[in-house]
Amino acid sequence: MHELAITQSVLDIAVGQAQRHGARRITAVNLVVGELTGYVPDSIQFYFDLLSRGTPAEAAALNVRRVPTQVRCRQCRAEFRPEEGVLWVCPACGGLGGDLLSGNELLVESIEVE
Amino acid sequence: MTVQIPVVEQVLSANDQIALQNRSVFDRYGIAVVNFMASPGAGKTSLVLRSIEGLRGRRRIGVIEGDLASRIDADRVAAAGAPAVQINTGGGCHLDAPQVADALAGLPLAELDLLLIENVGNLVCPTNFLLGEHRRVLVASVPEGDDKPLKYPGSFVTMDAVVLNKIDLLPFVDFDVAAFERGVRAVNQRAPIFLLSCRTGEGLEPWLEWLAAA
Repeated sequence: MHELAITQSVLDIAVGQAQRHGARRITAVNLVVGELTGYVPDSIQFYFDLLSRGTPAEAAALNVRRVPTQVRCRQCRAEFRPEEGVLWVCPACGGLGGDLLSGNELLVESIEVE
Repeated sequence: MTVQIPVVEQVLSANDQIALQNRSVFDRYGIAVVNFMASPGAGKTSLVLRSIEGLRGRRRIGVIEGDLASRIDADRVAAAGAPAVQINTGGGCHLDAPQVADALAGLPLAELDLLLIENVGNLVCPTNFLLGEHRRVLVASVPEGDDKPLKYPGSFVTMDAVVLNKIDLLPFVDFDVAAFERGVRAVNQRAPIFLLSCRTGEGLEPWLEWLAAA
């Protein structure tokens, strides 16, 4: 359920762009998904296959680039990827917490059309 | 021939546009809007009810209640004397900006100072959908455990305030308040943390002051 609304938006953006460029068919949708957003690529794919039927994006490849969560430690300034994506403990100094550098992305980067 | 078209569009841009429109409606009427997020059972509705009661005479409060189904919460709020609109998402796990835009038609906006939006009980996706709110509050509760900030950083990182509800249960469960506060601070340096109990009323005053100033 969680991914349904997201996938509909992805499809709307892709189809809208394709129409604007007079493209007949979308062959690929390139998506960027940050780890921290909690969106699961397999689930997006599942809904994409369902929702794209009968649209110019039917049978398009859905390429998802995952962006790992990246945090900068407030104590020692080391940059790290939290363990399992969630536990914000600096592996360099053991400090708890930091500032988010990446991982919140959710965007359609490009589409490929014919 | 295949052609690549650069897009670089936020997936939720359509939602975000409508959230901006909602925000301009709120600003036009001078209404402060607070989005309440929590897991099911943390006490969002109880906190909304306590807030209506605690700010009676000081702030004119309206409420938007988000739930999968039923009018239970909106009826409770209306019984407490605040105009309320129920949004049933029909299984959807979060509120989105268009739903809130539709709900505004059911509220006497000119007569409100403060609008509380109770999101669907879920600590994951409501975070990603802007509704046009000015402030975001996460309601956690003692029985859920003190590790929630570490497990849901994506949610805690965006909050303007964090409430820990059900502190009357602290003597009965293994909940380390300091560990919880450290967990919140790990991902969020700025949000004030309010420890309170909607059941006993303990700790409500600082929360009400914050909300009144929101």
